[in-house]
Amino acid sequence: MTITYRDAIRQALIEEMDRDENVFLIGEDIGRYQGTFRVTQNLYEKYGARRVVDTPITEPGIVGVAMGAALRGLRPVVEMMTMSFSILAMDQIINHVAKMHYMSGGQFHVPMVIRGPGGAAHQLSAQHSHSMEGWFAHVPGLKVVAPSTPADAYGLLKTAIRDDSPVIFTENPSLYAVKGEVPSGVDYADATLPPGSGDESASSDDFTVPFGKAAIRKEGTDISLIGYSRMAHVCMDAAEELENEGVSAEVVDVRSLSPLDSSTIFASVKKTNRAVVIYEDWRFGGFGAEIAAKIQENCFDFLDAPVGRVGGLNVPMPYARNLELLCIPSKDDLLAKAREVLG
Amino acid sequence: MEAAQAGAVERKQITPSKEKKEHALATRSGSKRRQEAARRKPGNSLMEPAETLRDYHRLMVRIRVFEGLSMRAFRSGLAGGYLHVYNGMEGTAVGWLSCVREGDPIIAAYRDHGYALILGMDPVDVMAEIMGRARGVSRGKGGSMHLYSAEHSFYGGWAIVGGHTAMGVGLAFATKYRGGDEVTHLFFGDGAANAGVLYESMNMASLWDLPVVFILENNEIAMGTRLEYHAADTHMHNRAEGFNIEHERIDGMNVLHVRKDALRIIDHVRKTQRPYFVEIMSFRFEGHGAADHDRSLYRSKEEEKEAGKRDPILLLEQYMLETGVMIEGDIKVVWKDVEQEMERAYKEAADMPKPEPHEVYENVYTDILPEEGH
Ligand SMILES: Cc1ncc(C[n+]2csc(CCOP(=O)(O)OP(=O)(O)O)c2C)c(N)n1
Ligand SMILES: [Mg+2]
Repeated sequence: MTITYRDAIRQALIEEMDRDENVFLIGEDIGRYQGTFRVTQNLYEKYGARRVVDTPITEPGIVGVAMGAALRGLRPVVEMMTMSFSILAMDQIINHVAKMHYMSGGQFHVPMVIRGPGGAAHQLSAQHSHSMEGWFAHVPGLKVVAPSTPADAYGLLKTAIRDDSPVIFTENPSLYAVKGEVPSGVDYADATLPPGSGDESASSDDFTVPFGKAAIRKEGTDISLIGYSRMAHVCMDAAEELENEGVSAEVVDVRSLSPLDSSTIFASVKKTNRAVVIYEDWRFGGFGAEIAAKIQENCFDFLDAPVGRVGGLNVPMPYARNLELLCIPSKDDLLAKAREVLG
Repeated sequence: MEAAQAGAVERKQITPSKEKKEHALATRSGSKRRQEAARRKPGNSLMEPAETLRDYHRLMVRIRVFEGLSMRAFRSGLAGGYLHVYNGMEGTAVGWLSCVREGDPIIAAYRDHGYALILGMDPVDVMAEIMGRARGVSRGKGGSMHLYSAEHSFYGGWAIVGGHTAMGVGLAFATKYRGGDEVTHLFFGDGAANAGVLYESMNMASLWDLPVVFILENNEIAMGTRLEYHAADTHMHNRAEGFNIEHERIDGMNVLHVRKDALRIIDHVRKTQRPYFVEIMSFRFEGHGAADHDRSLYRSKEEEKEAGKRDPILLLEQYMLETGVMIEGDIKVVWKDVEQEMERAYKEAADMPKPEPHEVYENVYTDILPEEGH
């Protein structure tokens, strides 16, 4: 079926809630109000207040309460109204959620998902546009995924809910309306973006996408464009343009930041000998820097040029649309860097 | 220090949740219905059998002796990091936990050796954790501040002041979700009672009718900051008022009082499936942590001497002597027994192997190992 990214997330939630009574949703305005981005639309009507829990505006409290519930066998899916608000809950997430399994010597685990939109939407300015996934991927104990397609959103969310470790599931507000094929029934058709590298386990009623597997969205021989979430689409657009110029670009959609599928990335770079990494987060110290460093450490002898890196401008997100667009890495930014790397 | 007088008991009865509105109005109109009850005399009003009194005594002595050894471990370099002993507060944990039902979730802060011992965790395993050994309750990865026991429904052992309070409410959330009747016992200090997340948690606990007891262990000090320098209203239980949670202050220096109040409160919470806030007054005899060497920075010798008269172990011993439950000789035997037991535990733990290097990577995730190497 062809559905939007938003509907794919909702569909995964529904199926997991139906499959497991212990799965419940908790967050601000997710129930009666139907969710700020309408991801949880109609779920309150379907499951009631017990399983779709509207909370006060209290992010640390929400995460802490969800964690306590998880410790006793429930599987909470927390919605952060936007990932920018997860900053308030950093202590709960990093000091508590991410640490308990380790500090208790494995006695307790925390099966919970924190999901919500991360990255810039449309002129939400400096306090509502953060890309948090790199911050979280930095923390041992958290798994972090950032799907770019409806199929991945659906399949990765199912995996996240079933995982016994805490998972940060970051959505991109610009992707909610993107349509794509999501496996259902026996048919598995291609999506706007091809669904990946064939690691998915597709069956009639249970399609999931595993963590730690990058997807080759487009094969190529001259340069590897590496990104995730919204930037995977930017990679595809740039690759298309490069194709017209006779350059064969390979697109690697990272999908899972932690665990990271380094081997797929390295294999691609060893084949193309050139790489550009792109990420929406601030360029300085962002997750793409980690990928670039890893490529340099592991593929040095295969590189024909320094690894290119494209990130968000190192400024608080401005309000004016033209300035905002300047900050978010674009196809042109990527093309400029790719041409530089191609020499 | 009027406000901080341990033993001053007051209780605030709150209307049940269906009457929230009326109650809120009554409060707003300024009617203070606080009852200042007279300080209670020590006494065995529950008519506990002599054997039970001896049990409480032994439990408190076990904590006191264990803590002496944990400080020895610290001084001798066998334990590192931060280590906080429970001396002076034994009445609270022994009295309260004696009323807890098996399966009731319990969660606390970093001053956690006492709960662990009372809940039945092996002193060898606890000491081994303090000494960073592989057989420690947390496999040497938590340390003194992070004791856990799934077997005893003990959820820690947390060291971010106030940070675990929301988790405590979440434990109770699961009870309600599942339709059980466990009561969650959430312990935290007077310092922690200033953390914002506690109030977020109290709001949700009351809003959603969750069976959790907020147990504020008020030893009148947060590290080196006295109660009157950190709390706008030193009767901290009053803060529950704004969340429509029943609250009261009780005396934590008399284990029998704690037990009597705990029985009543826990029973009430189990029946009503509503939160409750209890402020238990006690005194921290030692420094904040094992590295706190200069208590004169925040209190006088006289004050400590005065507080020593209310030592929960001493009070119970006096009572048992008066009532003929024990004679001096019996008491000596208990101390000696316990000292021997704990010395053995200490030695056993100290002789245990440290964790293997490869264990450093274990338990980061439930199913995968993190990337290795520097
Ligand atoms: C968020 C945070 N801030 C500061 C500290 C340092 N600290 C550790 S314990 C403590 C005092 C806490 O006092 P209280 O809650 O009364 O507990 P008590 O030590 O009396 O048992 C402080 C300030 C901390 N661990 N966490
Ligand atoms: Mg204190």
